[in-house]
Amino acid sequence: MAKEMLQALLLWAVLGSPLAAWAGEALPASDNPVLDARVMALASELRCLVCQNQTIADSHAELAVDLRRQVREMLLAGKSEQEITDYMTARYGDFVLYRPPFKAITALLWIGPAAMVLIGLGALFVVLRRRSRMDANAFEPEEPESTA
Amino acid sequence: MKYLKFLLPMGIFVVLVLFLGAGLRLDPKEVPSPLIGKPAPAFALARLDDPTQTIRRDDLLGQVWMLNVWASWCVACREEHPLLVEFAKSKTLPIYGLNYKDKAAAGQKWLADFGNPYTASLSDSDGRVGIDFGVYGVPETFIMDRQGVVRFKHIGPITPEVIRTKIEPLVRQLHG
Repeated sequence: MAKEMLQALLLWAVLGSPLAAWAGEALPASDNPVLDARVMALASELRCLVCQNQTIADSHAELAVDLRRQVREMLLAGKSEQEITDYMTARYGDFVLYRPPFKAITALLWIGPAAMVLIGLGALFVVLRRRSRMDANAFEPEEPESTA
Repeated sequence: MKYLKFLLPMGIFVVLVLFLGAGLRLDPKEVPSPLIGKPAPAFALARLDDPTQTIRRDDLLGQVWMLNVWASWCVACREEHPLLVEFAKSKTLPIYGLNYKDKAAAGQKWLADFGNPYTASLSDSDGRVGIDFGVYGVPETFIMDRQGVVRFKHIGPITPEVIRTKIEPLVRQLHG
């Protein structure tokens, strides 16, 4: 018992005291970490239109700050993630989504890379099969030293 | 069949070059607005020159009108402004300003210094109406028809070409 108390005291001395010394300086962004996490999760899915290769979670552009505020307020008002995503696309288009929905205009974006791989594999397959059917004489003879 | 070995890679190369060439001409900054063809978002904003007066979207129904998003801190707006002042003189259509994320005093001084082409400017000091209009780069210009539907959007400073080739023909068509 005494040993456990000593351990706890030691742990407090090691871990707690530096935190106590800093307390009052770096205040948390808000008193609602769950909401913060939801805001950041949603903000990481939304493109900042001012600095186009950043999400609004990463960006310090004023518009990104405003949109994060908008996301936070809508979550506080009880809106679902889907409702907020719809709100953003109604204003900024699918471009605002880092994972755009699959539809006719985005089909090439989604299936393009896979289609390229399939075409490549298909071509490889055709070439290899054609070669395997060729007569051995169609190829250049092997180097003499390998047979010697 | 004999030439296929050369023609196929050549064909693929040409297609690739065409795609890349087309890509060079596209401006990734110009994101197409999903608002085109939809009713303009509702707003009720105080006038910049008289905060006691409110202008609502529905007050502007029944006329073809232009909304120009501007701010005193916006450098490109200053570049665009003389053209807008000139265009306003032609009285082609009423131009309303959306003073986006700006301080009223700074906005008023800007208009006093550089001229005021606007029928009225609306104060959107916290940028919320800007978000509703999908504004992401000032200046932006919208044209609404008599039913309040967004018919046109231009991102960035308007140019004499844009006025001549896009805005004037559209306004003529909308006026019927």
